[in-house]
Amino acid sequence: MSSLKLSTKINKYDTLRTVIAILIALIISAIIIFATSETPIYSINNFLFGPIQKLKYFSNVLEMMIPLTFTGLALCIIYQSKHFSLIADGCFFMGAIVASYVAINFTLPKAIHPVVAMIFSGIIGGCIGVLPGILKIKWKANELVTSLMFNYVFYFFGLYIVNYYLRDPEASVFASYRFNKSFALPRILPGTRLHAGFLIAILFIILAYIYIYKTKWGYEIRTVGDNINFAKYSGINTAKVIISSQFIAGAVAGIGGAIEMSGMYKRFLWDVTPSYAWDGVIIALLAKNNPKYVPLAAFFLSYLRIGADMMSRRADVDNEIISIIQAVMILLIAAERFLAYWKQREENKLAKEKYLNAKKEVQ
Amino acid sequence: MDLLLSMIFKDAFWFAVIRSTTPILFATLGAVVASRAGAINIGIEGTMLTGALMGVIFSAYTQNVWIGLLAAVLSGILVSMLLGYFALKLRTNIVLTGIAINILAAGGTVFLLAELTGDKGISTSLNSLVLPNVNIPIINSIPVIGNILSGHNILTYVAILCIILMHILFNNMSLGLRIKAVGESPEAAESVGIDVFRIKFIALIISGIFAALGGAFLSMGYVSWFSSGMTAGRGFIALAARAIAGNTSLGSLFASFLFGFADTLSNYLQEFSIPVEFIHMTPYLVTIIGFIVISIINDKKELERKKKQMN
Repeated sequence: MSSLKLSTKINKYDTLRTVIAILIALIISAIIIFATSETPIYSINNFLFGPIQKLKYFSNVLEMMIPLTFTGLALCIIYQSKHFSLIADGCFFMGAIVASYVAINFTLPKAIHPVVAMIFSGIIGGCIGVLPGILKIKWKANELVTSLMFNYVFYFFGLYIVNYYLRDPEASVFASYRFNKSFALPRILPGTRLHAGFLIAILFIILAYIYIYKTKWGYEIRTVGDNINFAKYSGINTAKVIISSQFIAGAVAGIGGAIEMSGMYKRFLWDVTPSYAWDGVIIALLAKNNPKYVPLAAFFLSYLRIGADMMSRRADVDNEIISIIQAVMILLIAAERFLAYWKQREENKLAKEKYLNAKKEVQ
Repeated sequence: MDLLLSMIFKDAFWFAVIRSTTPILFATLGAVVASRAGAINIGIEGTMLTGALMGVIFSAYTQNVWIGLLAAVLSGILVSMLLGYFALKLRTNIVLTGIAINILAAGGTVFLLAELTGDKGISTSLNSLVLPNVNIPIINSIPVIGNILSGHNILTYVAILCIILMHILFNNMSLGLRIKAVGESPEAAESVGIDVFRIKFIALIISGIFAALGGAFLSMGYVSWFSSGMTAGRGFIALAARAIAGNTSLGSLFASFLFGFADTLSNYLQEFSIPVEFIHMTPYLVTIIGFIVISIINDKKELERKKKQMN
């Protein structure tokens, strides 16, 4: 009973630490805004409250949440097995490319077209997702290094596909041919661009939660993540667990890319990769690799992004300020020793209580 | 194919290989020092980017190229101190710390560039300076070799000097031996009275200096400007190059030369009718292949070692 109490108290401490980390990050950004902006109050006002001024802006936040949710979920699944692969970025980008290909070259009924694209993108995303895992298991090649390199390779490979097979020569900028109309996901909120992908994202959050916490596979992934040697001795096929979880993670990211295309775009326009994977890392960190908290983390990050965009459009502060906030958040939230003094004191107090109780019982 | 071969046998090609090798060599040396101390420095990419921008800004505003270089190196030290403070003192996962530094550098450099020039992409409006090229007296006059080895940017020669310094550091100096001891077994090092925290911190700072020099070369030698994201993953390539180098300084030269070669080859391939995307992909593909090959070799060695132990 008391150990349960201890763990909830420590969870409370973790939450508090996250909140304080976020506050410090915001304070630092406020200092930077005051130092660089000619209209600091107006800038900060737009940054913090811009997204809730109009339904349209708030809807932008929800729209941005969708890709962030998918990459965040993918990284949660990968990190559950304690593998530091960042391949989700490549999966997401290639997912978008594959979906664009399906969108342009296939003629299908309205409801089926985006689903077919998602299936293809999911399969390709999954196949890409397992590459660093295979190299790790087979030859112990560090998955972080290989995944970073693969991300560059697939970025250029994706651009090749667009340039040689999908590019519209009549468009004045980098753009593919128009997607078929049947490919578009329906809008779900009148007057905004919020699309059905939002609902699919919610579905995936639930599925990912069930997968990690309610199935045998999820249990195996977590066991591998906790202690790979223990997992081996208890008869878990660790290679299979790692490969299958990375396939699923890659598929989730790939599907995310497809949904972003069919929900938000009429052509493929990314000549630079949007790099949602780095945001995915932050989301996984904020959510402590638990899909349950992904929507909250994705909402928060998305809100910051849209706020920063609005600030840079209306005032004189560039939206890159968001990267400073993100970096400070990662550093402080992941810092074990940050505010460790409080945690220590809390633990001491509880230990003392426990000791006194035990003493009483003995007497 | 004949055309390609005739290109490869020109002096200019090998001169370009050495030029492309330089930034990766610096970054690889940085990765080696950190790795020797048992730390993985993912932040090299961001440190390079910061160094590249600082060199441009300070050389432009002071109109003194050496102050620019000094500022780049100092920025590398500061970024590494940040990395060291969080990773070692506050126990932030060192990979996440590195990722945070890369995010900070990628966005922070653009933010600063836009503040100073109003341009988010490139620093051409700043009148920044370029480090001098050096002609080496005697080698200069040797026919083919002179054309290849002489006349490079001063930092290229500094990089080669650094290989020698690294070799001396790890084989003859107590600091280097301590770094190795900490990397191999922090507990054992601690038990003989080595301050593990301090040694790791110093190793990370040395790593940051190398990374910053690599960045400074990019913006003050390779080209004469800063552009956003100009490191283009060289800091990450260095992590793979480190593994290929097997943590030795001479290996670093070999591994970075491989990427310098791939990089230059990809530039020359643009003359052919190969899709430009595949050309851009080449250095990263070569990295992956090289990294896999070395992982296989290391894995085999490990197996054999285990077999020997069993016998």
